[in-house]
Amino acid sequence: MNAPGGLHRYFTERARAAGSSTAAIEPGQGSITYAQLDHLSDRVRDRLVACGVQRGDRVGIYLPKSIDALAVMYGALKAGAAYVPVDAGAPSARCAYILQDCKVRVAFVDAAHAEKFDAEARPLGELPVVVTVAPAAGGQGVRGALDQADRIAEAPPAATVASRPSDLAYILYTSGSTGKPKGVMLSHDNAVSFVDWCSEVFEPTPSDRFSSHAPLHFDLSILDVHVCLKHGATLVLISDDLGKDALRLAQLIAGERITIWYSAPSILALLAQFGQLKRHDHRSLRHVLFAGEVFAVKHLRSLCEQWPGPRYFNLYGPTETNVCTYHEVVPPVPEDRTKPYPIGRVCSHLRSRVLDEHGADVPRGSEGELCIAGRGVMKGYWGLEEQTARGFHRDAEGTPWYRTGDVVVEDETGCYTYLGRRDRMVKRRGYRVELGEIEVGLYRHPRIREAAVVATTDADGGVAIHAFLSSREPKHPSLIEMKRFAAEQLPLYMLPDRYVWLDALPKTSTDKVDYQRLKGMT
Amino acid sequence: MSQAIMQSIKDYIMGEFLPGEDPAELTPTTPLISGGILDSIATLKLVMFVEETYGVNFEPHEVDKENFDTLDAIVTLLRSKISTVAP
Repeated sequence: MNAPGGLHRYFTERARAAGSSTAAIEPGQGSITYAQLDHLSDRVRDRLVACGVQRGDRVGIYLPKSIDALAVMYGALKAGAAYVPVDAGAPSARCAYILQDCKVRVAFVDAAHAEKFDAEARPLGELPVVVTVAPAAGGQGVRGALDQADRIAEAPPAATVASRPSDLAYILYTSGSTGKPKGVMLSHDNAVSFVDWCSEVFEPTPSDRFSSHAPLHFDLSILDVHVCLKHGATLVLISDDLGKDALRLAQLIAGERITIWYSAPSILALLAQFGQLKRHDHRSLRHVLFAGEVFAVKHLRSLCEQWPGPRYFNLYGPTETNVCTYHEVVPPVPEDRTKPYPIGRVCSHLRSRVLDEHGADVPRGSEGELCIAGRGVMKGYWGLEEQTARGFHRDAEGTPWYRTGDVVVEDETGCYTYLGRRDRMVKRRGYRVELGEIEVGLYRHPRIREAAVVATTDADGGVAIHAFLSSREPKHPSLIEMKRFAAEQLPLYMLPDRYVWLDALPKTSTDKVDYQRLKGMT
Repeated sequence: MSQAIMQSIKDYIMGEFLPGEDPAELTPTTPLISGGILDSIATLKLVMFVEETYGVNFEPHEVDKENFDTLDAIVTLLRSKISTVAP
C-alpha cells in the first residue's frame, strides 16, 4: 500500500504540508482549511476513543453532507474505526436499521433526526452512544457537540491509529434483494488502491476544485473526498437539495470554478436539458466523470456540445469494487450514434474476466458475466457470509473473483460493453435498486394484498419502475396515497413511476408471481 | 383569478403526473415534492409550464421545496410575480 498507516494518512500528510489551503467549502455558508479539518477530526478521534472506540469498531454518520460529516469521517479513520455513512434524507427506519445492523459504537446524528433515530433504533438492540449535532456551517456543528461533551468530561488526547491494509475503512449499504439493505465492507487497501489509480489517470493538482455531488453513502463520494484531499485540492460540498436543481447547479459550477466534476449521468442529463449552460462560464471544467448508470447518448451529445472544453470519462463499477473499468469519450458525439458508449477497459489495479453461468471463461465477443479480482475488491457483506460466498467465483488457485452480475461483451481491443443484468437489480440515478426491496416497502401498506415490481428501459436508456398491486379492499388506495406512502418507506430513487391495480397478480404454474406477464403489461 | 390559476396548474399536474387519479384527492395543501408526487424532473417540467403559461420567470433560488410543495404555495409565489410584472 502506498499510504502506510491507512487512507487517512494521505489527508494528514497534506494537512502537515499545506495546512492553510482550503480543504472544503459549503457554498455560501462556510469553509475549512486542511489544518482546521485535521484539528477538528483529531478532536473527533479523541472523543471516539474516550467513548471506547477501538480499532475495527464502526462509527455511524447520520448527518447531511457537510464539513461536520468530513470531520467525523476522518476522526473515525484516525481512531482506527470504519465509518458508516447513511442517507440523512432516507426514512429514519432504514438509517436506524443500517447503524444497528453493523453495531456502530458511536453515531453522530444531526439534531433533526436524533429523536426519530432513537425511537427506530431502540427496538433493534442496544443503542450506540449518540452525539447529537446541531446544524451549523464550517464544522461548527461538530465543534459545538464536542465542546459540550468536553464540558462534562474532557476527552484526553489519543494517538492516530496506523491502520493495516486489511482493516475496514468504511461500510457502504446498498439495496438488498431481501428488502433489507446490505453492507459492503471496504478495507483501507481497497480504498487506497482505488485512490492511487485515480491519481494516475486524472492527475489532480492542489489547484483543482472537485465537486462533491454524490451523497456520502454513495461510492462516488470516495473519489470526491479522498482523491481531492490526497492532492491538496478543494472539495466543494453540494447539498442534496441543490444537487437536484439544474439551474442552481449550473450557477454553482461557474461560481465555484469547479475543475473536476463527478456524478451520475442523470444530473448531467438534467444540466444539459434544463441548466441553461450557455448563460454561464464553465471553462474551468477540465474533467467530467460519470458513473452509476447508462448515459443516454442524446443527452451526452448535447452536454459535450454545450461544454466543449473538458475531457469526458465513463466510469463503471459496483460498490463492491468501486470503479473497475473506464472509457474516455472523445467529443464530438457523432449525430448518428444512438448506442451507449462502452464501459471500457479494466483499471490497472484490477483484473477482469468474463464467465458463463458454469464459471468457465467465454471467448472474446461472447456474452458473459463480468468478474473482477484485485486490491480494489471488497472484503464481503457485513454479517452475510452466505451472500458473500455467493458473490465470488473462486478459481483453481483460490483467487476470489467478484461476480458483478453485469452481462458484458468484450471487443478485440479489450474494451467491455454493458448489455444488462443477470438478476432483478436495476440502476437508477446511479443507485442500485433491488426491485425486491421496493416490493417489501409497498407490502407494508395495510391495504396492500400483493405487490410486484418490474423495471423497463425507456428510449433514452433510463429505467422506469412499475408497481403492480392488488388491494385487500374493493376500493384501493388512491395514487396520491400510494405515492405519499412509498415516499415515507423508500429512498427517493426507489419510488415507482407507475402504479397499476389488478384484482390479483398473474401467477405461474408454481403459484409464483409471473413477472414475464407483468412485463408484457408495462 | 387565484382560483383559475390553481385549477389550471392542478389540471396540468393531474394530466402529467397523476393520470387516472380522482381530482378530489389533490387538494391545495397536498404535499407535492415532499409527498413523492413530483420528482426533480417533474418539478422542472411544472416550472416550465407555469413560466410559459403565465409569462413569468422564476429565479433559480425560487424553485425550491418551500415554493413548489403545494398548489397553495405555487399560486402564492405566482401571484407575487404577476403583480410585480403587471403594469
